Amino acid sequence: MKTLLIGEYREGRLLDSTYELLGFAGQLGAESVLFLVGSDSQLPAWNGALYLADAATCGEYNPDLHKLMILDAVAKESPDLIVFLHSSYGWDLAPRVAAALKLAQVSEVIGTADGAFEVGCCNGKMRRTVRPATQKAVLTIQAGAFQGVSPGGSPRVTALAPQGVSRVEFAGYEPAEAKGVDLAKAEIIVSAGRGVGKKDNVPIIAALAKALGGELGASRPVVDSGWVEHDHQVGTTGQTVSPKLYVACGISGAIQHLAGMKKSDFILAINKDRDAPIGEVADVLVVADLMQFVPALTLGLQK
Amino acid sequence: MKVLVCIKQVPDLESRFKPDAAGVWFSDTDLAFRMNEYDEYAVEEAVRLKEQLGDAPEVTVLSIGPDRVVEAIKKALAMGCDRAVHVQDPAVHLKDPWQIASIIAAYAKGEGFDLILTGMQSQDRGSAQVGVTLAELLDLPCATTLVGFSYADGGITAKRELEGGLKGIVKMKTPALVTCQLGLNTPRYPTLPNIMKAKKKEIAALPVADLLTSEALTTTVSFHPPAKRGGGIVLEGDVGELVTKVIGLLKEKTAVLR
Repeated sequence: MKTLLIGEYREGRLLDSTYELLGFAGQLGAESVLFLVGSDSQLPAWNGALYLADAATCGEYNPDLHKLMILDAVAKESPDLIVFLHSSYGWDLAPRVAAALKLAQVSEVIGTADGAFEVGCCNGKMRRTVRPATQKAVLTIQAGAFQGVSPGGSPRVTALAPQGVSRVEFAGYEPAEAKGVDLAKAEIIVSAGRGVGKKDNVPIIAALAKALGGELGASRPVVDSGWVEHDHQVGTTGQTVSPKLYVACGISGAIQHLAGMKKSDFILAINKDRDAPIGEVADVLVVADLMQFVPALTLGLQK
Repeated sequence: MKVLVCIKQVPDLESRFKPDAAGVWFSDTDLAFRMNEYDEYAVEEAVRLKEQLGDAPEVTVLSIGPDRVVEAIKKALAMGCDRAVHVQDPAVHLKDPWQIASIIAAYAKGEGFDLILTGMQSQDRGSAQVGVTLAELLDLPCATTLVGFSYADGGITAKRELEGGLKGIVKMKTPALVTCQLGLNTPRYPTLPNIMKAKKKEIAALPVADLLTSEALTTTVSFHPPAKRGGGIVLEGDVGELVTKVIGLLKEKTAVLR
């Protein structure tokens, strides 16, 4: 089996997630060829074939051009699987390549089983096993689901030149908002999820954070609702954290949130739903009403 | 200007899910359904564009599914969409993203939409494919995962959400397709007068057989709960006792409690 792996590059740097693609292919026991729109000064450390286009001329985000260059590499290599990360780059580009080749696409793969793929659904609560009906297929793999290979070696580079017209113009990046709190350095984080119910209840969670001597974190819906500032957001689009203690209050455990906190040393989850996906990563799941349990815990800790 | 918003009706994600008889999707019974959250942002953005341009754009909302999806369509009409298309399909859950995109493309092809908005993914299946595939089938420029959108004189400036808080600014010309991320705007609640007004708006019903010509490219073999990971302790019961147990566990298992 042969895989064409679509590496990632942003703001002039090769992204480490590229090595996860190699780890995934390794798990399948597949031969791998890499494709990257990047730079010859930021080559992936890996012994294998690399199709490289120059990001300085093609643009780091230019889906029309990137698609055509991937199709070029596909024509040269005839891979069985074309594999992307399930990321803002991968989920944007993969369906374009799949549609152009009229191939099956399976999104956000977390495991493989005998020609079929395991994916999450229903907000991470359930799983589906999906089988491509086409001989070849396009995949996106969930970030963090497959162990990356250790960098080492240097690739054999084939340069690709951009061709075709691009209709989407990339006009630059807007940096992340300045961080008021650096959650990455916190030893204890107590996070509020949608389960807190309303903004007025956030101080109850903040009081527990204070009683534990930790920082307040939040899940995405809480930030989107304006209950907590964005710089407290934990998850793929916020901060990735690994404190000694993570307390998830009313957080169901969407994949994007889990990806940002599952490496915490000890996870205490409080949720009224004992089936919530947060239970998969929690060391202790307390099934209780937040508004009863959290104030009682805060009081207990203050004694 | 013609605008199309594609919406999906999904179950309340707080629900417990049980496999259906075929074991390939969830059983509908005992589930409450609502508009996919991502699509609410798409509807809101379309209605805001309409307001910005002095009511000029005609906004069509489209949904595929059994009769119950009319509830989601009615909400979109009450939020401010002008008219609706209900593609009637009692077996929509057996279609793969490629077929869903093909059905919408078959409808949209002759309609001359200047802008198509979709959610970036559905909350239940979450493939994040339908919007982009639809753009490919209609040969439209497309940008995904929008947390910012502005329109002027046939040009779109969009802000894409990337990882770690970074955003990417992109520009393109209409006709185009965009997929909407949570937080793009604040979706409005339909007011009672607008709910009443929506009752008079047209909902055109189209049988899916008129639009579907593609075979599925993927098959769902099974739908099942995740294999439970061992090790985690589940505690339930009296709050006072729970607090004592949790403090005991934190002292025993972590180095953070003095």
